[in-house]
Amino acid sequence: MNISDKIFKFFGGIKPEGHKQISTRNPIKRLPLPKELIIPIRQHVGKMPNIVVKIGDRVLKGQILAEPVANMSAATHASTSGYVKEIKPMNIPHPSGLPDQCIVIETDGKDEWIRLKKIDIENISLSNLLEKLKHSGVVGLGGATFPSHIKLNANRIQTLIVNAAECEPYITCDDMAMQEMTQDFVDGVNLIMHILNIPKTIIGIEDNKPQAISKLNSVLDSSKNIHLKIIPTVYPSGDEKRLIYLMLGVKIPKEKRPTELGIQVFNVATLISIARFINYGEPVISRVVTVTGALGQPNNYQALIGTPIQQLIKDAGGDPSQEVIMGGPMMGFKLPHTDVGVTKAMNCLLAVTDEMKSKASTEMPCIRCTKCVEVCPAQLQPQELYWHAKSKQFEKLTDDYKLFDCIECGCCSYVCPSNIPLVQYYRYAKSEIREQAKSSEIADIARDRNEFRLFRLEREKKERAERNAQRRAQVSDEDKKKLIEEKKVAIEAAMKRVEENEE
Amino acid sequence: MTPLDSPAIKKNMSVSVIMFTVTLALIPALIAQIGFFGLQILGNLIIGISFALILEAVCLKLRHYPIKPFLKDGSAFLTAWLLIISIPSSTPIWVMLVGLFFSIVISKHAYGGIGSNPFNPAMIGYAVLLISFPKIMTNWPSAEQFDFNNFLNFSQLFSMFASIDIVDGIVSATPLDKIKTALFLGEPINNSFSIFDQFNAYQIMSIFYLIGGLYLMIKKIITWHLPVSLILSIFVFSFILHQINPDVFMPSLFHLMNGATFLAAFFIITDPVSSPTTLRGKIIFGVMVGLITVIIRNFGGYPDGIAFAVIFMNIFVPLIEKFTQPKVFGYE
Repeated sequence: MNISDKIFKFFGGIKPEGHKQISTRNPIKRLPLPKELIIPIRQHVGKMPNIVVKIGDRVLKGQILAEPVANMSAATHASTSGYVKEIKPMNIPHPSGLPDQCIVIETDGKDEWIRLKKIDIENISLSNLLEKLKHSGVVGLGGATFPSHIKLNANRIQTLIVNAAECEPYITCDDMAMQEMTQDFVDGVNLIMHILNIPKTIIGIEDNKPQAISKLNSVLDSSKNIHLKIIPTVYPSGDEKRLIYLMLGVKIPKEKRPTELGIQVFNVATLISIARFINYGEPVISRVVTVTGALGQPNNYQALIGTPIQQLIKDAGGDPSQEVIMGGPMMGFKLPHTDVGVTKAMNCLLAVTDEMKSKASTEMPCIRCTKCVEVCPAQLQPQELYWHAKSKQFEKLTDDYKLFDCIECGCCSYVCPSNIPLVQYYRYAKSEIREQAKSSEIADIARDRNEFRLFRLEREKKERAERNAQRRAQVSDEDKKKLIEEKKVAIEAAMKRVEENEE
Repeated sequence: MTPLDSPAIKKNMSVSVIMFTVTLALIPALIAQIGFFGLQILGNLIIGISFALILEAVCLKLRHYPIKPFLKDGSAFLTAWLLIISIPSSTPIWVMLVGLFFSIVISKHAYGGIGSNPFNPAMIGYAVLLISFPKIMTNWPSAEQFDFNNFLNFSQLFSMFASIDIVDGIVSATPLDKIKTALFLGEPINNSFSIFDQFNAYQIMSIFYLIGGLYLMIKKIITWHLPVSLILSIFVFSFILHQINPDVFMPSLFHLMNGATFLAAFFIITDPVSSPTTLRGKIIFGVMVGLITVIIRNFGGYPDGIAFAVIFMNIFVPLIEKFTQPKVFGYE
């Protein structure tokens, strides 16, 4: 299969300072087993899984703590052996700052696995495999945490695209994983190609990862259907639609999914976890986390899910009072609480630097300089979105300026000379519009109900009238005369009684 | 906890930096102007900009805006600079201040301040002065030799206070004025004078505006769309007229090198607030300003018409933007 080497550069994007080398100097590190693990039950997009353990239970490493309840759900596992200490709502790494159900495991230091069973990929039906994957806890580890078994329920996929761009500054977990777990990564690619019968794969990787590139080149030589495309370092090349365009020159139309065009995209860490599950039977109980920023020794860690992040920060030379961003500096959010455990979505912990704190904060008026237009990868008009979000003209936002095509990548805010927090305005407008849609939906339902009630009352009235008319019609003329006679007699009798009384 | 919105990092670019870079790009032409005509222009800039900043501060105060960050944005500074270099340096000081008042107070703050003004503030000030004081506004000093002594003749610096009389003889018509007069008198322009005998001071200043503008493009403060479309538009439309009747209409190069062509192309119409935001809109705007300028210069009552062309086209900006919205990713 021949794939052109052409890179289709997308419109816009920015080139912020990478800061990647500070966390790639040392190999991926492992912490000693923590005393306690705080494992949120739901670490994926979809339904809350059903907890199947109770306080006091001994659990083994890899044992299911919560079962998926629907197709759009995933399992959660114990990351090491120990005892279930608590099951209660606790702080989780989420921008809302709201608590969610977590299981606290007191580790017993034995790190004792359940019996692992590899999957015989040649002799398993697709539906069985998907069911097993659903219980493997494999979700998109790029940060979206979409359950992977749903993405594998696709057919006629022509191209697998591997998202190895890792375009956010500071984050290096995929880079390091490709260097150190190269075989698992390539196995993951081959497994997906095998499962979905995909003829070709393109790995999109930014040119700021020379070591991973050379490592992959040395392994991929033998396989002709897997191509490495080295793309220039431009944020946000790792955005799914932008990456597909870079690789194939295809713009995914609005309202369509890549699968409808025969394209499926997987992230590096997800492929590794799929390979680990199929080849070794290991569910997702750990992930690589970049711990970086204003720290003494930034590093990457193979961290058990549930590891208190304070321990990672401390090991990387930080202190507990530091403010921490989860994710990269462009799209990550500042953790409302730092007493939380590592989750599947956690690709990076970024200790806030002085430079970030001193980010100029005086918001000035928009001067329509269109620096934001020049960098918007969705080719929107950020200054118009800002203007109409501020003046709450929501219809214009959705219909004319396509607010919901905004991917919140932050390029516009990054370049804005007036320091306008543009992304915040868009998030606000989006949530307002969703809220309005929801309340108008509720109003619609109420109106429908009321209309139906009126209709029903009207119908019942009509039915009653019809029933009466029918009953009247059934009564014959003779019967009527008879009735009238009877009534006359009764009246006369009554009159007589009255006269008698008067006398 | 300090609020920290995503993105957490920020490019080191502010409105002040933009305005400062634009000012930097204006310096070469200013030096040329001083060399040719003396320090009077510098005195005008010092007095005029100070006045503009005071007006700006008063307006901000009255409108309950924080004064320091808004003064620091440099917009009043730049507006004043552009207006002052657009009018003859012999302009009486009170006339200049009237123009600045209209630029800063009427056309900017009365419309909602920076970012909200539909018209180019410097051009509003200029148009008010041109309509109100047409004689003064065409009293350009005659082009003399470049003289380094001009930089040291400090007596000229604040000569606007010394006398408001304009001495006859040091004032002469600009090439565009001459053409207007020649056309009015019905003389063929080729006989009235030759444009390529020598570069005069104004043409050399034009070249410095061009150089400053290219610097702004290299520094990515402005994009090519507005300046290139304006320059090409003036070139093409004056070329067509010249082809039709060379006796009446001057060649393209004359129109590029004289008047405010390069100043307007790189420094006036690139005012982001009052020009279109879409790329196709910028091209339409530039082309139309060029066309209207050529029409005013060749058929209108004023020697140069860029200011009116800019203000006229400012009216159309919302309409131009509406019909030039680009396709969003995935909607092709």
